[in-house]
Amino acid sequence: MMTLVEESVPALRGQGLRKAYSDVVAVDGLDLRVDAGECFGLLGPNGAGKTTTIEICEGLLTADSGDVEVLGRRWETDEKDLRELLGIQLQDTQLSEKLTVDETLTLFQSFYRDARDIGRVIDQVELSEKRHSRVGGLSGGQKQRLAIACALVGNPQLLFLDEPTTGLDPVSRRQLWELISKFQAEGKTIVLTTHYMEEAERLCDRVAIVDHGKVIAMGTPRELIDSVDVSHLPPPEPRKTSATLEDVFVSLTGRGLHDE
Amino acid sequence: MAQLTLVRFREFIREPEAVFWTFVFPILLAAGLGIAFRQRGPDKVQIGVVTSAPGSSTVAQSLTKDSSLVVTTYDDSAAALALRTGKVALLVVPGSAKDSVHYIYDRGRSDAVSARVLVDRAVQAGAGRIDPVRVSDSYVTEAGSRYIDFLIPGLLGMNLMGSSIWGLGFAIVTARSKKLLKRLMATPMSRVQYLLSFLCSRLVFLILEVATLLGFGHWAFGVPLRGSLVALFLIALLGAISFGGLGLLTASRARTTEAVSGIMNFIMLPMWIFSGVFFSSSNFPSGIQPFIKLLPLTALNDALRANMLEGASFATVSPQILVILVWGVVTFFAALKLFRWR
Repeated sequence: MMTLVEESVPALRGQGLRKAYSDVVAVDGLDLRVDAGECFGLLGPNGAGKTTTIEICEGLLTADSGDVEVLGRRWETDEKDLRELLGIQLQDTQLSEKLTVDETLTLFQSFYRDARDIGRVIDQVELSEKRHSRVGGLSGGQKQRLAIACALVGNPQLLFLDEPTTGLDPVSRRQLWELISKFQAEGKTIVLTTHYMEEAERLCDRVAIVDHGKVIAMGTPRELIDSVDVSHLPPPEPRKTSATLEDVFVSLTGRGLHDE
Repeated sequence: MAQLTLVRFREFIREPEAVFWTFVFPILLAAGLGIAFRQRGPDKVQIGVVTSAPGSSTVAQSLTKDSSLVVTTYDDSAAALALRTGKVALLVVPGSAKDSVHYIYDRGRSDAVSARVLVDRAVQAGAGRIDPVRVSDSYVTEAGSRYIDFLIPGLLGMNLMGSSIWGLGFAIVTARSKKLLKRLMATPMSRVQYLLSFLCSRLVFLILEVATLLGFGHWAFGVPLRGSLVALFLIALLGAISFGGLGLLTASRARTTEAVSGIMNFIMLPMWIFSGVFFSSSNFPSGIQPFIKLLPLTALNDALRANMLEGASFATVSPQILVILVWGVVTFFAALKLFRWR
């Protein structure tokens, strides 16, 4: 296998992406560049075109026009290789409820040439206690961790996460953040979508804010925050700088996971 | 591939309803129908004798001697009512003269016509007629010509069709509607292997399906298995694979399970009716027979019956096999072409 992570080759490059459905233009001339080893966030309100964008990058949708290059390869010519190198979590996949956690991961593992050990992936997403439970009996947070385990089991270089923490309680959310940070610490690349600003601020090296199918701002979270002209904003509400309400909730409900 | 097939097994076995409909239901159906249409002793004919005439008691006496007749005596008005309501098949009215008898019956009712023959024989014998030829009877029941013998191969064919189409259709459309299919497409999984895993798991269940239904029919009703069992299994196998193609085709576009069940019923209903599951397809007008013969279930049922009941060889049923194969190949490739992977 050729060297994947070169400084010059971006992990993901999209240029002039456009995708229209019958009644709406979902993505309208969007450009992206994600460097290897980065955690990149696509931010935006619901319906902004985040999911369409990420699915074009994942090779699940074909753009009407524009150019995508993932890890220096193209979907048209290198789909087979790319599938081996990517880990993907989709927004609302329901895994088969009749299978256990272990069986689900064994199935996904069987698709990859260079897969990871299931026991280690299960440990990593903290589902060891549920290893032999049916998927149907898992809580929302556990299902989401299993979905991410399915994305990790192929030992990917690049991880796509589409709203990984939507609908989760703060404890589960933090759990997932730690998981994502650890993956990035291994030198791998992450592209995620979210509409939680705090999540982006916390995880992402760089973010792109998307609305109406276009990137309206891009940069590090710090750069974006600094670029706001404070004088135009309404007076700030009283707020502690050190913590948020979410921190209070987490400190009261405990940091560990209550596996419901 | 092995993992995909294993998943199919697990999903099936952990669905108690599916197991019931595939294995238990056909047996219950076969048992119920087999018992309802079992061979009984010869029916006794109910007849009435009108008592108003003088010779009636002698006539009634000689009729009672015949064991195949059940004789009831009536007065005039009760007799008319009994005939009208079908309680008796025929009324015997002894004539005013000692040597005359009058029969009242509906010529359109076959039991009334045979009652006429039986009654007349008894009346004439009672009056002293001696038959010039001595006859003797021996009775046989031939396994293979009973309703249950007709039914079991039909049920087997219907079951093979149902479990192939339902099994594949629902599993695939459920995976599609839950976005699981899309998720699998995001892995390096081979699409051909995914579809083949369904056919593979069908084959294993097929062995069980065929064995339970035939075993039950053979053990409980003595349904004959005159042809080669290898050929029978081969026919069932080809049928199941062929219907698997039809199942893939039904599941190729639908996004919801509601939509696919509509399509499946639309496809299967004509075959339930026309393909000779519960009654022979020769009951339909000869004009539509060629179309009936081209339905895959007709071909499968005909081939199964020929094998089991007539002991026909695999070569004899090759026209039916050809029909089955053409359906399988055409539907499989059409399904591949049309399949919506996400």
